[in-house]
Amino acid sequence: QLLGERRQPRSFWTFEYYQAFFDVDTQQVLERIKGSVTPLPGKNFVRHRLRNNPDLYGPFWICATLAFALAVSGNLSHLTEKGAAPAYRYSPQFHNVTIAATLIYCYAWLVPLALWGFLRWRQSPSTFTLLETVCVYGYSLSAYIPAAVLWLIPAAWLQWLLLAVAALLSAAVLALTFWPLVRANGRATALAVVATVVSLHALLAVGC
Amino acid sequence: FAGLADVSISEDIPVEGEITVPVGSHSPDEDYSTLDEPVRDTIMRDLKAVGKKFVHVMYPKKSSALLRDWDLWGPLVLCVSLALMLQGGSADSKDDGGPQFAEVFVIIWFGAVVITLNSKLLGGTISFFQSLCVLGYCVLPLTVAMLVCRLVLLAGSGTVSFIIRLIVVVAMFAWSTLASTAFLADSQPPNRKALVVYPIFLFYFVISWMILTFTPQ
Repeated sequence: QLLGERRQPRSFWTFEYYQAFFDVDTQQVLERIKGSVTPLPGKNFVRHRLRNNPDLYGPFWICATLAFALAVSGNLSHLTEKGAAPAYRYSPQFHNVTIAATLIYCYAWLVPLALWGFLRWRQSPSTFTLLETVCVYGYSLSAYIPAAVLWLIPAAWLQWLLLAVAALLSAAVLALTFWPLVRANGRATALAVVATVVSLHALLAVGC
Repeated sequence: FAGLADVSISEDIPVEGEITVPVGSHSPDEDYSTLDEPVRDTIMRDLKAVGKKFVHVMYPKKSSALLRDWDLWGPLVLCVSLALMLQGGSADSKDDGGPQFAEVFVIIWFGAVVITLNSKLLGGTISFFQSLCVLGYCVLPLTVAMLVCRLVLLAGSGTVSFIIRLIVVVAMFAWSTLASTAFLADSQPPNRKALVVYPIFLFYFVISWMILTFTPQ
């Protein structure tokens, strides 16, 4: 009966409808972030961590942090690379923030939407809800934040290594999460989709 | 309650009394009618309220005065002055330089609205405008930092001035964050405080970043 009360569908236009998406504690958010960077084969992120309680806090603020981290560290690494040249004048390049933010938010919303639509179209036996997909993608982006911050160290090999590690971790988590769903469709499709999507994101990080 | 069933008022005692609620000695209209006072009084009252809130921000004690009587004059003045002071930096560059006036304005107000929505969605008990008011007023230390930075940049723009500016901006950023946390964190359930404080931290970090990277022409 307790669950029945909680799951009462509220109207789309009331405030309480959205409050249901933010029903997390600090501890839960931290654990979800940890879970998104440790790809363990036994534990599916959605079942294990989310437990039918997807939230929008994590994806939203992780995307915001990532956008700013990319803009700031891109700007600073630009400075450290070219600062030695005498003709260089520092400019904060504030428009990078807008561009980075737009790209990251589009990625974090449109790709899960596409993936969810694809799974529904194929009528897989058990699909995740749209919110859970968005949630998984948002949390998986958190692997890129330390990479963006550590990008400041001006050693090219380290930068590429960080990028590769972050991409691998988040791709592994995503693959493990969606594996049971797409098993019926053929592994090649699923892996191709995930790999393309994550490498696109890596390109974005490099571009900034 | 069984023993009270037979209590009744006898018929010959008249029941009388006042039905009207006694009002206070002065009618409410006289207190709150501000239409007849001189304009100077009206303006001075608002200015004093804004000034009192500035003092509250600089010495953050847990008082509810800031929360109860919210106003948005102070945040507007601070936002406009900060955006104006961030102008005039590398304005002749053909590539993108510092943030434009509109960008600063939008970032501050949109960021404040988003943080307020976030804290309300997480179950906070503070109202929308009260939270906007607090976040706006706590931009004051950063505006002071911007003023100091501009003065320091007038003297020179070498490494020493950068270190001075860095220290000032970091100190004011910490002050802003602590001041706004002191006001806002109490309205949250205890296991979600960090979730509310982190966006505030990010918001003031972005403003500090804009201040620190300001380079004059």
